[in-house]
Amino acid sequence: MFISVEGVSKIYELKDKSNSVALEKVDLSIEEGKFICLLGPSGCGKTTFLNMIAGFDKPSNGTIKINGNDVIQPSIDRIAIFQNFGLLPWRTVIKNVELGLESKGFGEKKRREIAEEYLKLVGLSNYKKHHPNQLSGGMQQRIAIARALAVDPDVLLMDEPFGSLDAMTRMTMQNEIERIWQEKKKTIIFVTHDIEEATFLVDSIVVMTAGPGKVKKIIDVPLARKRNRTSAGFLAIRDEVFREFELKSRDKIEHYLQQSQSEIPVHYQVSDVLVYQT
Amino acid sequence: MEKLKKAGTVIVSLILVILIWEMVILTGRYELSLLPSPFKVLEGIGELIRDGTLATNFKVSLLRFLIGYLTASFAGIVLGLILGSYRKIWAFIDPVVQILRPISPIAWFPFIVLWFGIGDLPAVVIIFIASFYPVLLSTISGVNKVDPMYLKVAQNFGIKQPYLLSKIIFPAAFPLITNGLHMALGSAWVFLVAGEMVGAQSGLGYLIIDARNSIRPDLVLAGIICIGVTGLILDKIIRLLENWVEKQWGISSERMR
Repeated sequence: MFISVEGVSKIYELKDKSNSVALEKVDLSIEEGKFICLLGPSGCGKTTFLNMIAGFDKPSNGTIKINGNDVIQPSIDRIAIFQNFGLLPWRTVIKNVELGLESKGFGEKKRREIAEEYLKLVGLSNYKKHHPNQLSGGMQQRIAIARALAVDPDVLLMDEPFGSLDAMTRMTMQNEIERIWQEKKKTIIFVTHDIEEATFLVDSIVVMTAGPGKVKKIIDVPLARKRNRTSAGFLAIRDEVFREFELKSRDKIEHYLQQSQSEIPVHYQVSDVLVYQT
Repeated sequence: MEKLKKAGTVIVSLILVILIWEMVILTGRYELSLLPSPFKVLEGIGELIRDGTLATNFKVSLLRFLIGYLTASFAGIVLGLILGSYRKIWAFIDPVVQILRPISPIAWFPFIVLWFGIGDLPAVVIIFIASFYPVLLSTISGVNKVDPMYLKVAQNFGIKQPYLLSKIIFPAAFPLITNGLHMALGSAWVFLVAGEMVGAQSGLGYLIIDARNSIRPDLVLAGIICIGVTGLILDKIIRLLENWVEKQWGISSERMR
């Protein structure tokens, strides 16, 4: 298996010496070239999990292997993309895309050539001399994607990459990333709490639950590409995912309430919650 | 239009000061040696320009200033980047700096003369001391405030030392470093004059002492005004640098939506 995760847990020691389990015994296998997502409410450990796959963080127990090698530190073969883009504001757009190429030892001319190719891929060739903050959020995220792809990594790790974008831009970016994935055939692990985004984009959805974070179920999405957000097949899978969260025992509702409002799955009626509370 | 308005305000404010000054002279009957009139001072400035004293001393002062300020800035930035990156070492040095920093550079003067003799060097050393601490401290705080996101990105893209310092940490800390350079410039200019008053045989500070010794209060004031104007110009120049940095780093630029 390309990426194999076995018995991975992450336990943080709190100030009062008690332990907080962020992630409990996760097993997961991912084939090369697959687009998968980690879906769940905040606190389910999906970002922690992604950070461990990236090598920013180490598991307390268990192993993560990519291509047979243990993940022990960050690598240019696995590029993370963040919600707030992580662009360097003092560099122009093209110099941002060249960042990773510099440490790969390419000459100046070669770097420029590769960077231009990837800026073209994300449709921003006309903005190479701009500085990132002259551009909109969606454009900035495209630059981050171009920068990540330019170093030709095996895996892209995206942590709620479209979380800070408005709804319209978000849909455009979802189309973009799907197109890019189909063109470049990278393995993508995508973290989100948006069920529709997950259903639209990925091959399989890893449903995670909180307290402690663990994988509840893996739902394959066998729909043909260029998915239609309103087709019967799409809605059926979306509803299946919804059910996964709804089937959680009711005592978990309170947990959702402690999270931000947006984390409450939309199908919970306000009356349900009120009844539960009284 | 905005600029014209601002220039108008400046001119009106200066004219007001000169008018009040002249009124005080006219009504108060001060002795010339106590408070020279604006016209006397203007004449004095003319005299200094004509006989070349101003140009000579101005050049000497500016050269000392640049040498002291630039070497201190360089040393402050380099040391700041290193000490900011190695917090354990900085923890030991920080208390010493905190004790040394509030001491006026002039206090060191007796030692400075013993160690560096007389001539240009003592003034340069005083400027160095005056500008070093603001640059050092703001560089260290700039390094400590680098967004961890940048470090994560650098780690991910395999950027290692010394490139981590030159490509990520230095530029990320640069806006705060320029703040330090600005503060240092002000304090360096103040202490340049003080340094030249106690130790030098040339320069704008010396010009004032020399005028006092020759009982020429008009020239004293003329010197003071030159120092003020030059300080203002230097401040404007460094502000241009700050504005450029803000623009390049996108602190003030507008977003396209």
